[in-house]
Amino acid sequence: MSLILLTPLDLALAALLVLALALLSLRFRLGLGLQLLVAALRTTVQLLLVGLVLKALFANVHLGWVALMGIVMLLAAGREVMRRQQRRFRGAWGYGLGTLSMFISAFSVTLLVLLTVLGAEPWYEPQYSIPLLGMMLGNTMNGVALALDRLTQQVWEKREQLETRLALGQTAVEAVGEIRRDAMRVGMIPIINAMAAAGLISLPGMMTGQILAGSPPLEAVKYQILIMFMIAAGTGFATMMAVTVGARHLFDRRERLRLERITDGR
Amino acid sequence: MGPVDLRLDAGRCLVLRGPSGSGKSLLLRAMADLLPHRGRLLLDGRPCESLRAHEWRRRVAYLPAHSQWWFDRVGEHFADPDAVDVGALALAADIMDWDMARCSTGERQRLAILRLLANRPRVLLLDEPTASLDRDNTCRVEALIADYRAAEAAPVIWVSHDREQAKRIADQILVLEHGRLAAA
Repeated sequence: MSLILLTPLDLALAALLVLALALLSLRFRLGLGLQLLVAALRTTVQLLLVGLVLKALFANVHLGWVALMGIVMLLAAGREVMRRQQRRFRGAWGYGLGTLSMFISAFSVTLLVLLTVLGAEPWYEPQYSIPLLGMMLGNTMNGVALALDRLTQQVWEKREQLETRLALGQTAVEAVGEIRRDAMRVGMIPIINAMAAAGLISLPGMMTGQILAGSPPLEAVKYQILIMFMIAAGTGFATMMAVTVGARHLFDRRERLRLERITDGR
Repeated sequence: MGPVDLRLDAGRCLVLRGPSGSGKSLLLRAMADLLPHRGRLLLDGRPCESLRAHEWRRRVAYLPAHSQWWFDRVGEHFADPDAVDVGALALAADIMDWDMARCSTGERQRLAILRLLANRPRVLLLDEPTASLDRDNTCRVEALIADYRAAEAAPVIWVSHDREQAKRIADQILVLEHGRLAAA
């Protein structure tokens, strides 16, 4: 099996599809035409840039460069988590909570796998570490963003109920318990669904990519299973941490609901 | 708001009046330690901070003007549904088995009062507890609170716009205006 290399012309043909879609959404007045084109352009430019960065990174294997790349990816993911929330925590918490949870969870799971499971030489070999970290952050980001958005949204909507629970002598943890559980579940359901559907309904992107690139299917499958487990663990831990710390921050030391610590939506 | 200086003796009923937005609810919520405040709260000489916040609120019980419910069934909101005397407020004997959706606003309000009293609080802070009730039920609530006051020697702060009601229940009437308390 040999790899069929794509030419710019091949990509241009595919781009025509997106252009057709943009025209059609203009016709239906979806208000998405421009957004779609900008997104398509962004995907092209961003992926090309990261391709160049990876090329340079693979040519100069050094822990410092790998770490720098990882940090930049983390900070971008943190920004995305914050952007996706309608009511976010005010101040440093808005950015810090999601970013820190992702950092602790995604980095430690990736590190664990790099050191114990893969054992590449050196362990931070960017060919392995960067794709793994990227997939971890991408999925953890989704989970944390969904969970935090649900948490703040629900607390806002149920503020009167929460105050009544407190007034009846419940502790802050009791009062917010159901909302907290709900937020954690929302963050973890996508990866559970993805694991359940993998192979039957969907062929995961990474595995498909490896197969397209000529890997033997069973080798690709083993990597995909590894990734799925990593994502499940990373997303789960990050979601639980972000929601637990976030829920606690919504109350003060006297167990009062402090709604002024979240923004009032757009 | 404030400064407000208030001392309430055991078993006394203080009716609080004042125009909308004058801060009556705010004052009650601060006394229940539900809002950040710079005041000093004492219960039987013990400062608020000496108790955990939820323990303070169990003793100094605040009834919000609009009752809130979160489980599907009425009984789930009570620690011991069988121990509640629903007849005292003329509620159906089997109301604890009802779906919340079946309860009217007035029934919910009366249930909320029973739910609060079930905690056996030391102090009652009632925010317009009878605003959504008809005359008969208003009288029942007044009687129930009077009994509770007598039995537990509990002081009550009762926010009410009804002057007739104030005359019936109050040992003292104060008006909150521009964040200050004044005699009526």
